[in-house]
Amino acid sequence: MKIRALVASLLLLFWASLSLNAQTLDDTRASGVLKCGINTGLVGFAYPDEAGNWKGFDVDYCRAVAAAVLGDPDAVEYTPLTGKQRFTALAAGQVDVLSRNTTWTFSRDTDLKQTFAGINYYDGQGFMVHASSGVMSAYELSGAAVCIQTGTTTELNLADFFRANDMDYDPVPIETNAEAKQQFFAEACDVYTSDRSGLAATRASHEDPDSLMVLPEIISKEPLGPLVRHGDDQWADIARWVLNALITAEEKGLTMDNVMSMGDSNDPEVRRLLGTEGELASFIGLDSSWAANAIAAVGNYGEIFERHIGVNTAIGLERGHNALWTDGGLIYSPPFR
Amino acid sequence: MLLNDSRYRSTTIQVVVVIGLMLFFAWLINNTLNNLASLGKGVSLSFLNAPASYDINQRLIEYTSRSTHLRASVVGLLNTLLVAALGCALATVMGVIIGILRLSTNWVVSRLMAVYVEVFRNVPILLWIVFFMAVLIETLPKPAAFRGENPEASLFLWDSVAITNRGWYVPEPLFSRGLGDLDVGGLFYLSMDLFALVAVFVAGLMASARLVRRAQRIQETTGVRPVTWYWRVLLIAGPTLALLFILGFHLRLPELKGFNFTNGIYMRNSLVALWLALSCYTAAFIAEIVRAGIQAVSKGQTEASYSLGLRPRLTMNLIILPQALRVIIPPLISQYLNLTKNSSLAIAIGYMDITGTLGGITLNQTGRELECILLLMIVYLCISLSVSSVMNWYNSKVKLKEK
Repeated sequence: MKIRALVASLLLLFWASLSLNAQTLDDTRASGVLKCGINTGLVGFAYPDEAGNWKGFDVDYCRAVAAAVLGDPDAVEYTPLTGKQRFTALAAGQVDVLSRNTTWTFSRDTDLKQTFAGINYYDGQGFMVHASSGVMSAYELSGAAVCIQTGTTTELNLADFFRANDMDYDPVPIETNAEAKQQFFAEACDVYTSDRSGLAATRASHEDPDSLMVLPEIISKEPLGPLVRHGDDQWADIARWVLNALITAEEKGLTMDNVMSMGDSNDPEVRRLLGTEGELASFIGLDSSWAANAIAAVGNYGEIFERHIGVNTAIGLERGHNALWTDGGLIYSPPFR
Repeated sequence: MLLNDSRYRSTTIQVVVVIGLMLFFAWLINNTLNNLASLGKGVSLSFLNAPASYDINQRLIEYTSRSTHLRASVVGLLNTLLVAALGCALATVMGVIIGILRLSTNWVVSRLMAVYVEVFRNVPILLWIVFFMAVLIETLPKPAAFRGENPEASLFLWDSVAITNRGWYVPEPLFSRGLGDLDVGGLFYLSMDLFALVAVFVAGLMASARLVRRAQRIQETTGVRPVTWYWRVLLIAGPTLALLFILGFHLRLPELKGFNFTNGIYMRNSLVALWLALSCYTAAFIAEIVRAGIQAVSKGQTEASYSLGLRPRLTMNLIILPQALRVIIPPLISQYLNLTKNSSLAIAIGYMDITGTLGGITLNQTGRELECILLLMIVYLCISLSVSSVMNWYNSKVKLKEK
């Protein structure tokens, strides 16, 4: 908890006092594992299964990067981080990639010195209430006790929303989604506010999901994506293009099952992506099969989405904004050329 | 050779070590600043003047999300001081009672107290804090349970105290003919009513102390102590009650409105859980200190006192306690310091102390780890030094005066 954040802060000081930016790619290859920061537990995005292995939408991104860089999707060392710890841990080198439903904002990009690799989920902040409370709209929440994860953009949006609408509220700060569930399910707070994807995941983990209701209002833009530290452009490029490879794979119809046999496709972009044509891999310092390995390990973007958070899972999220641009969504990758 | 000269050797070595240490720290600091600068993160405190943009639920002074990070830190600091003061007070009361009961000749009582001490001091404080919080959240009724024709839960003490799983609501003192608030340099508002009440109460206490000294003087010259207790009660309570009446004192009871109870003083779960956990935990240590202090006074003192004809109560007050306090106070100081520092675990249950504001949300939202952690260290250092200097002053008042 807090201790972890303090230790990370001290580590950062120590690290700042001793070393300068190293080449993350070389370090990762030398150690043979990818250090990836994930959520402390959010069903669908990052959660341990019965066998204790981390699973989820955000976890699969870590696996894809590990497959691309090291050729082995299991060569990942996961560090569960709270909203408050995550940036310090990344800056201190405790993790090299942060894949933890993190909102891309101006100040995080510039002032906190992070580099966002892209957007893998277009989200917005919503409110969840107990259906028994009879509340139908976020504008009826004046006077409510609101559970809120500290160290998040939602915390700031919440303050702005209630202030702009001249309503009172009582913020109940919590550190992790697990604490939020304890407080919200026991009705120690009337409302739980978070990204709507997170609310859907929390709702799905309740024994009676129908007793909870997500209110219709969306009060913010929350573009979520993986990120790395400022200062190592090669590593940032790898993070960005692994994500783009997964998106392009969906666009081109490459799946977990067929990717290994698509190397001789007629589509030049597929050939460039899979390394059977051109020199793209050498530009970012990876093996020619990097994208093929990533896709073979976790599937394309659509497969990852449907497997962990799609309509056929307990969380049941529609693709919505997160459909490919060719299907009217916002998910779009620059070309592999 | 200087090294062979014992007069210079130790001085030389000390000088070399000190210079070496200073060079090491200078290198460390210089390197830190350089590396932070190369990360594009120069050390600066200007972020403290930017709007904090987040809300704090428990605030003892005026604060909104538009206030600065500095003010958010002060709000957190006051919350730290509040829980530390409440905790020290309750821990002392509990500790003294348990410590004395542990010495009881009643077997059951002394065993029970021993169990209390062992259970509380052998489990980490963080677990106690989380445990108390979980108990409060899971076992107490939610506000909705107070609603409806036949509510499942009801208020306590003639409908004046509401105990819910969000916190405790107690009646709020109000003044219908109040004196208003005094604006102190735009920083915070001082309630003039409270100020006047404290002033009158303290004046009453001082007058009563004069009366006691006068009684002492008369006893020393004539041997007869005049009965003064009713005068003292009148001096202390009279003016205070009169002022309360003049100001139009009344209580406003909590009532269920909308989602929550409104009105009344709201003690959040997080405050209550932290307060109780810190107090119960520290009380276990204080109990042992009190027991040790009393047992440190040799039995001969009691017997000598009895043989002089002093009754047990006087023996306790005049002979044993003054000597026991001498032993009790120095370790008690450490316990107060421990309690204050342990209050930084508040963040585990979302109590917004200074670790939660300056060292938590502010640090996180501004990304100023170095500055925030250093400021936080300085703040705790100042609090601890103040507590220990006050307690050391008290210690020097009660310690054995050797003539």
